[in-house]
Amino acid sequence: MGSELGPAGGTAAPPPHRSDLTLRVNGKPHTLSVDHRRVLLDLLREDLDLTGAKKGCDHGQCGACTVLVDGRRVNSCLLFAVVLDGCDVTTVEGLSGDGEEPHPLQRAFLEHDAFQCGYCTPGQICSAVGAVAEAEAGHPSRVTDARAPSGPVPLSREEIRERLSGNLCRCGAYPRIVDAVEDVSR
Amino acid sequence: MKSFAYVRAGSLAEAADAYASHPGARYLGGGTNLVDLMKLGVEQPTALIDVTRLPLDEVTELPDGSLRVGALVRNSDLAAHPRVRDRYPALSQALLAGASGQLRNAATTGGNLLQRTRCPYFQDVSKPCNKREPGSGCGAREGVHRDHAVLGYSERCIATHPSDMAVALAALDAQVELYGLAGVRRVHAADFHRLPGEHPERDTVVEPGELVTGVLLPSATAGLPSAYRKARDRASYAFALASVAVVLEVADGVVRHAGIAFGALAHRPWRARLAEEALVGAAPTAAAFERAVDLELSAARPLRDNAYKVPLARNLALDVLTRLARPGEDS
Repeated sequence: MGSELGPAGGTAAPPPHRSDLTLRVNGKPHTLSVDHRRVLLDLLREDLDLTGAKKGCDHGQCGACTVLVDGRRVNSCLLFAVVLDGCDVTTVEGLSGDGEEPHPLQRAFLEHDAFQCGYCTPGQICSAVGAVAEAEAGHPSRVTDARAPSGPVPLSREEIRERLSGNLCRCGAYPRIVDAVEDVSR
Repeated sequence: MKSFAYVRAGSLAEAADAYASHPGARYLGGGTNLVDLMKLGVEQPTALIDVTRLPLDEVTELPDGSLRVGALVRNSDLAAHPRVRDRYPALSQALLAGASGQLRNAATTGGNLLQRTRCPYFQDVSKPCNKREPGSGCGAREGVHRDHAVLGYSERCIATHPSDMAVALAALDAQVELYGLAGVRRVHAADFHRLPGEHPERDTVVEPGELVTGVLLPSATAGLPSAYRKARDRASYAFALASVAVVLEVADGVVRHAGIAFGALAHRPWRARLAEEALVGAAPTAAAFERAVDLELSAARPLRDNAYKVPLARNLALDVLTRLARPGEDS
């Protein structure tokens, strides 16, 4: 821990550019001392050895780093970990709970062969989990018919494509990704 | 990235005090732009003052029928809010036209307003940019400027403001609430962002240390037909090449109210006052719409590679005006 880096003469004062934080990751609590520059993605991969979330662009443009924070999908490369003290993080490793059975979306990606190189897949799956929950909660997308009654939004292929546009796949596996998500949300 | 101190503000006063006691500090909201700019070296704050735990995450209906949106309401939640979808459809549509699902879940209302330009010269510290480093010059002026301004730019800067949301707020006559050590003030959304002039380093009228605490959507435009349309290089998840937000009220065959704002044409959402004045009192005909929009866009001074923006913006505006003028098909 970094207390030896504290200001001279300070008693228990924390060092200025590190802080302690507690996170629940895939149900397990972790208390860590982090450099303020640590983004969630690097914390997961480097500190917790959870390498499912991938570093693609590192600028919030590709979605490979997508995880769920307090149940909402976010780009973990753009979140300083220190901000998330007390939050609940779910990565692709934690989607299946105890790991006995894959999450329905993981199974659907396998069944539909919804990937080629697989690098974007964890982000695609976490994003799809978030997107399905958003649609169930009645959140509209740009292509949702404004005149449709409120309530859960049915996920047409057009809706899936729009809602997953924050996840790039350079192999171009999009049609099968849409197939997999459509299968689960039907 | 340079290391920085971190302060989690528990109250507005604490946030303002922390700002005052940390020269070079920045407020941190959702971070979707600021964290990226820090990675790029464009922003090098000495301290981040995390304001995300302040109680500014509610959408509240006020007694006069207006809607108060806390600065920390996330873009996705604001777009999905029933009152916003129902009464201010242009705002919901603009939010949903921006960024991606992941980014909208993190990005805040205040942060969306305060995001910086995506001009590639601004984002590349090896290039000259008067906005990032006043006096260093503008690489875009004679360089890559296909996405840049056609209205209101200056010798110093031709950048555009990237927000979709801000364009809708300008057209809807929203106000932005600011908190500072000197008190609270409100600024019209259309006047919140500046034109570059001699000081492109200043995007907005926000004073150092001031914090955006909320946005007020007025009762006057609540429920009026409104819409947002955006043109971009791909069907989703791209910044606008041109966009338009329109609020249009037609009664007894005459335009009663018109609020029009263009996005991606200037350093700020471009409120089309000339077009609005030309329309109010006129019959909502195709000829009247064309005359009004052409009058506004006659001020455009395209650069070498972005003349396409003028007819693009014109066509977007005419399409939305025509749609809104037909009752029953307003969204």
